[in-house]
Amino acid sequence: MMAYIIRRIFYAIPILIGVNIITFMLFFVVNSPEDMARMNLGMKRITPEAIQQWKEERGYDKPTLYNETKEGIERVTDTIFFQKSLKLFQFDFGSSDSGRDIGYDISQRMWPSLAIALPVLIVGLALNITFALLIAFFRATYIDFWGVVTCVIMMSISSLFYIIGGQYLVGKLLHLVPISGYDTGLASLKFLILPVIIGIIGGIGAGTRWYRTLFLEEINRDYVRTARAKGLSEQWVLFGHVFKNALIPILTGVVAVLPLLFMGSLITESFFGIPGLGSYTIDAISNQDFAIVRSMVFLGSVLYIIGLIMTDISYTIVDPRVRLQ
Amino acid sequence: MLGLFTKPLYLSTIASVCLLFAGCNGSPWNSPYPVADAQRPVLYSSFSERPNHLDPARSYSSNEYAFIAQIYEPPLQYHFLKRPYTLVPLTAEAMPEVSYIDKRGQQLPANAPVEKIAFSEYLVRIQPGIKYQPHPMFARLEDGTLRYHNLTGKQLDRVHTLTDLSETGSRELTAADYIYQIKRLAFPRFHCPIAGVMGEYIVGFKAYSDQLKQVEQQLQNELGEERPYVDLRDYEMEGLELVDNYSYKIRLEGKYPQFLYWMAMPFFAPMPWEADHFYAQPGLRVRNIKLDWFPVGTGPFMLSENNPNLRMVLERNPNFHGERYPYEGESEDYAAGLLDDADKVMPFIEKAIYSLEKETIPYWNKFLQGYYDTSGISSDSFDQAVLFDAQGEVGLADAMKEKGIHLTTAVQTSIGYFGFNMRDPVVGGDSESARLLRRAISIAVDYEEFISIFANGRGVVAQGPIPLGIFGAKSGKEGINRYIYEEVNGKIKRRSLNEAKQLMVQAGYPEGRDLNTGKSLVLYYDAVATGPDDKARMNWWRKQFTKLGIQLVVRNTDYNRFQEKMRKGTAQLFSWGWNADYPDPENFLFLLYGPNAKADGEGENAANYTNPEFDELFMRMKNMDNSPERLRIINRMVEILRSDAPWLWGYYPKAFSLHHHWYHNVKPNLMANNTLKYKRIEPEARTMQQSQWNRPVLWPVITLVVLFLLSLIPAWILFRRRERSRLQ
Repeated sequence: MMAYIIRRIFYAIPILIGVNIITFMLFFVVNSPEDMARMNLGMKRITPEAIQQWKEERGYDKPTLYNETKEGIERVTDTIFFQKSLKLFQFDFGSSDSGRDIGYDISQRMWPSLAIALPVLIVGLALNITFALLIAFFRATYIDFWGVVTCVIMMSISSLFYIIGGQYLVGKLLHLVPISGYDTGLASLKFLILPVIIGIIGGIGAGTRWYRTLFLEEINRDYVRTARAKGLSEQWVLFGHVFKNALIPILTGVVAVLPLLFMGSLITESFFGIPGLGSYTIDAISNQDFAIVRSMVFLGSVLYIIGLIMTDISYTIVDPRVRLQ
Repeated sequence: MLGLFTKPLYLSTIASVCLLFAGCNGSPWNSPYPVADAQRPVLYSSFSERPNHLDPARSYSSNEYAFIAQIYEPPLQYHFLKRPYTLVPLTAEAMPEVSYIDKRGQQLPANAPVEKIAFSEYLVRIQPGIKYQPHPMFARLEDGTLRYHNLTGKQLDRVHTLTDLSETGSRELTAADYIYQIKRLAFPRFHCPIAGVMGEYIVGFKAYSDQLKQVEQQLQNELGEERPYVDLRDYEMEGLELVDNYSYKIRLEGKYPQFLYWMAMPFFAPMPWEADHFYAQPGLRVRNIKLDWFPVGTGPFMLSENNPNLRMVLERNPNFHGERYPYEGESEDYAAGLLDDADKVMPFIEKAIYSLEKETIPYWNKFLQGYYDTSGISSDSFDQAVLFDAQGEVGLADAMKEKGIHLTTAVQTSIGYFGFNMRDPVVGGDSESARLLRRAISIAVDYEEFISIFANGRGVVAQGPIPLGIFGAKSGKEGINRYIYEEVNGKIKRRSLNEAKQLMVQAGYPEGRDLNTGKSLVLYYDAVATGPDDKARMNWWRKQFTKLGIQLVVRNTDYNRFQEKMRKGTAQLFSWGWNADYPDPENFLFLLYGPNAKADGEGENAANYTNPEFDELFMRMKNMDNSPERLRIINRMVEILRSDAPWLWGYYPKAFSLHHHWYHNVKPNLMANNTLKYKRIEPEARTMQQSQWNRPVLWPVITLVVLFLLSLIPAWILFRRRERSRLQ
């Protein structure tokens, strides 16, 4: 298995280079270094000298991909792309275009993101599996029918509606929790209740329906029929056999998203004023801060690859038949 | 199995109990603030965008000034209550003494003609005894050396934010600190946005800037550091002179009366040399501890918490020199209670907490719940808050009045206009045909309707480039633009569409057709219209041009490309705006001064307008003191502009602001940014209202839980039945 993991890590390098090239190309198609300088220096009374100096200070005065004025390897290395990309692979994110240390900002902002994403994942998973098992247990009854209908309705509603509706109902009409905001330490709890509940409710429809499908697929298999024929109770059949065998696809989904929990939720964080990595990325895009955008895309890609490797490893744990070679 | 079903119930019960206990301390459950602050004079406000710079040499936007103007104190400030806007001393003992000098170095009288004045000299005397806020940069060891100016790696290991440096100190403000800051404006490293303007006026500014650039480069080569520390005290600027500990002189080229306005902006606030020395330590820089982020000043407040991801907190500066609330104002200020605090020592509030609030909906709802003391009005909530009566007078909605909310309005010292590129062969240029075409469009575009639809009535139609309240602007019938408006039965009316069509005929475009080609006239509007609301606005613009038979093609683009087109002068029609730096007509008329053309050299003349007479008058007017002669020149300049019509004059936006009844001393002052010190809060009234408005409502939650429990009963019955049938 170790050889497999090492091989996968090596495979990740060209993927990351590819992601970096695409991010770079996309960003610079839309924004030139001059646009970035203007955005950062402000809109009033900006001189061409100030723009040039801003670019020089941040290394944006070089050619983007190929430097014709240089000789040999420097034609490739003395470019914006090379200079900005190399450090990423050492996980040195450097400074944002506005001069702040990106690594420090990420270390500060990942905790609020996790504070929402983790309970949403854990409680949401528990609830979705419970509801899915319940519906699967009552399959072909009115509970099954109305359960699925409710799920379809819930998954058809935009997450923005849950957020605004939740803030209006719970924060504004019922006055139970603050509408938005955040604090540090234990004081953050009252600010987290609402976004977490909304995150869980927003995910119930799709989650329950997906898990129900998985359980129903297992329920019709031969081993379940055999278990029932042996006279096992329905609870035992569901939890002892069906649930266990349905774990592989559940794990595939869950483990893959685990590392991405750090990245936060763009809309939730924005609406609740939570200073996580989601809002960090959104702000960077709107401020044309290439240094942050590039770092966050790179980090997201790395985490995604880690998620996929973890998924592969988890297969071997839940299904002894699977061997990584 | 049942245990599984009821698990969520346990969780919700526990959560409910927790919430219940949370409410036992008497504060509303949904309060976002600590209970301990409830009875304290704390102001609650918000910010939607992280300020980029808090260094007074770099900062130039309103969201940055909201903070730094409370911290840094330039020598002058605007009087809080007097109108028109009046400059008064802040840290200065009196207004600067201005003297004029000719080419031979001889003193000239105050009324000397502008052309004879080679230099102006401003002597500023500051008040003695003013001290800086407590800050670690001033902390000293027993031997007198600065404690934190040579931090070692080991010491830095424990430093994550400025408060980790526990010892603080202070020192007296001196005139040298003002000189030091002006030198900083010239240092290219700080990217001062007004360096270009100051380079034209302050003697030796440009040379000093070049010198510092060389020095920095030399130090970079010698030390191998990216940002080596440059001690600006070692280099002198020709136009600056330290007279004594409390006085300094600034020498300007020629006469420039507007310089006084600049001296009321944070650019000219004092900066202790210790600040640059302290923050230059590389260990602090990598921890984001830098002057651009941790300001130090002498003002009424200091930034005690700087977390732009969450909140910014301004706390009362314990070393503040104790300014007093003004005792003079306009006559209506007495009735409005704006002089109730006359001569009292400021600031009145202890702390101002600015929370990050990106979205308008939660922000507005929190204002209505009493958790923000003041609020603007977004277009989403405008109809909920404001009503217009039959006469068009603005008023508050009943729901707002019931809550004791007050509304203040003020015409801003800004302008939003629609420009013609004067280098365009169709709409631009000095030909009579193009001029008449522009005038016809000016009549046809109904800006009254625009303001009503797209600005919720928050604006006044502009009659020229100078906003109301600024010297040279005229209101009422006297100030109307006769090319677009006429007086009918004593009322001012926009000229008729027929007149506009007649102008089109004279211009060579009858019914919108080009007489030369016979084809419809097609014009191109370059716009940044990417939002969902923009479609309606673009359709409105098309409709306005269709009235004259002109086909308007909207060339939608992103902001970067739009800027590029403007710089290259390739846009044909565009919308733009300007916010005053200072209340002087020069700050608006320079937007149309020929040599400032954007297409030539990044000036602010976006229309690339040029008119020799206008340019000549501008040069005469710009350095004059306000006088009948200056007014006469301005009138002529405005008349030229109205005739040439390089802009549709657009409108002067009107600021609408709401505040609760416990928030006092609110008078819009669109030039002053340091108004936090005047504000007063009644915390008891606020706490009482917050409790009344935010009583928790529990019955829907209980009903929901009961319903959920009831819904489980049939499932339980079904489950039992199924189990029994399996056993049989």
